[in-house]
Amino acid sequence: MTRIRHSVLWYDRFFRYVFVASAALVSLIILAVVFFVARQGFLTFTVVSPWEFLFTTNWNPPANYGAFTFIFGSFAVTVLAICFGGPLGLAGAIFLAKVAPEWVRESLRPATDLFVGIPSVVYGWIGLTVFVPFVREHVNGAGFGLLVAGIILGIMILPTVISVSEDSLRAVSPALEEASYGLGATRWQTLSRVVLPAAAPGLVTAVILGMARAIGEAMAVQMVIGNSPQFPRSLVTPTATLTSEIVLEMGNTPFGSTWNNALFFMAFTLLVLSLAMILVVRLVVRHRGATP
Amino acid sequence: MNKYLADRLATACFWAAAAVITGILLFFLTHIFWRGAPVLSLAFVLGTPREMTAGGGVGPQLFNTFYILVLSLLFSLPIGVGAGIYLAEYARPGPLTNLIRLSTECLASVPSIVLGLFGAVVFVWYLGLGFCILAGAAALALLNLPVLVRVTEEALRAIPVSYREASLALGATKWQTIRRVVLPSALLGMVTGVSLVAGRALGESAILIYTAGLSVSRYFPDFDPFVAGETLAVHLWYVNAQSLVPDATRIADGSAALLVLVVLVFNLCIGIPSRILQRRLLGGGGK
Repeated sequence: MTRIRHSVLWYDRFFRYVFVASAALVSLIILAVVFFVARQGFLTFTVVSPWEFLFTTNWNPPANYGAFTFIFGSFAVTVLAICFGGPLGLAGAIFLAKVAPEWVRESLRPATDLFVGIPSVVYGWIGLTVFVPFVREHVNGAGFGLLVAGIILGIMILPTVISVSEDSLRAVSPALEEASYGLGATRWQTLSRVVLPAAAPGLVTAVILGMARAIGEAMAVQMVIGNSPQFPRSLVTPTATLTSEIVLEMGNTPFGSTWNNALFFMAFTLLVLSLAMILVVRLVVRHRGATP
Repeated sequence: MNKYLADRLATACFWAAAAVITGILLFFLTHIFWRGAPVLSLAFVLGTPREMTAGGGVGPQLFNTFYILVLSLLFSLPIGVGAGIYLAEYARPGPLTNLIRLSTECLASVPSIVLGLFGAVVFVWYLGLGFCILAGAAALALLNLPVLVRVTEEALRAIPVSYREASLALGATKWQTIRRVVLPSALLGMVTGVSLVAGRALGESAILIYTAGLSVSRYFPDFDPFVAGETLAVHLWYVNAQSLVPDATRIADGSAALLVLVVLVFNLCIGIPSRILQRRLLGGGGK
């Protein structure tokens, strides 16, 4: 009896260690990602000055390494994506959470799953075959550029924005809503003055997560941005972003060259930006915890 | 009267937003299949690609897509499920648990192209694997990992505490409780989660370009994990970006439709039935 108990307890402890080890491995992996990308990236600055890399726009390796165009491009497509996808996604989330009748909600739910299911290269391909020719004919310019990239990304972030903000709208206490209705408020008054302010931290989280998705998207952007390392003079001139430049040039540069290291530093910039967004989300959520 | 008008207007706006979102989706799906359907033939789906002449297929790419997916799940499932079990069953509030949660969130937020470069440094260069299926699968596993941790933890947390208490009260140890009581009841939820992860991984491309490479083996099917293995999603990008074949448009149209079809069929076959079954089981008396 004692011997059996002993072996059972041994198993118990063994599996506990297995689980702790897998959890620790996840932490180890993210540290390794930051370490390797940063180490490779910072090698750039043995040759190039940080000032040139971050604040000048002349990208002409191996002579000039001014990457400001790409940094600006990444921010620009992200802001455009939020402008297109943010309001639409929030309105869609309010519709799903508070306005839609049961049967409409149930039939729309697979729709958001379908948006997630379409791979990002297919979004890029749609941009290439639908939006670029449309902009070329009806707006002007080559069609490639920030505008189309922003529209495509705006559509790509819809499922993120919708699902996160819908959850936070549902989490608002029904008592608050009932009190507002009880005072004779209409649905729009209740939504705009009670529900939305109460759900605000969740809505901010939704928008930030949408931004994180947009700034890190590579393939779809690369296919519609035009891939020209020049500072964009308008929304419809070809330019480039951090991600599109990495995708484009990684294959042509030998590992260990300054050019290649510069691409790694761009990846490191992206990494820092997306980690910063996660920390902001954490702060926002904690803030919500503090004010009930 | 004014506030009722405002309310009506707002309601109309929300319906319009929903209509726009659904409209975009329907337009996209119609566009994809309208252009792609004429291309989808058996010769295209199972045929071998050609470099210079028209008429190539995407058979090896389709095979690689699933092969890399299976390999990546092989790497990421044990670790992801293990970490999920730890967070759901063992972790107590404290700095260590916080650190693990934070790292999972951070790993989930890393852009896939950055994970691709990490995979290129570590698997392709330092471990000397070169551009190959194994390197691609290992990099893709990093992308799956945080999502697997989260879905496992959620599936386990959905199991009522009373199940565990009953098992522990009968004298079972913690591991016996997890293996015999918690995991079997959470299995369906975990399958749903894994199917979501797999659906996303099927369409992933940024992480694979510089790990799994842009070419395919001459043999088909080739199970050797040390040869380069371009997937369908990568092929769609490659054909648009730099391919030399004269019928690149046709191949892109067909690849896009096939890719979306594969993801949809995969979700229909695994995701939706398990979701319905799960709802029925939990509704029928699970809780």
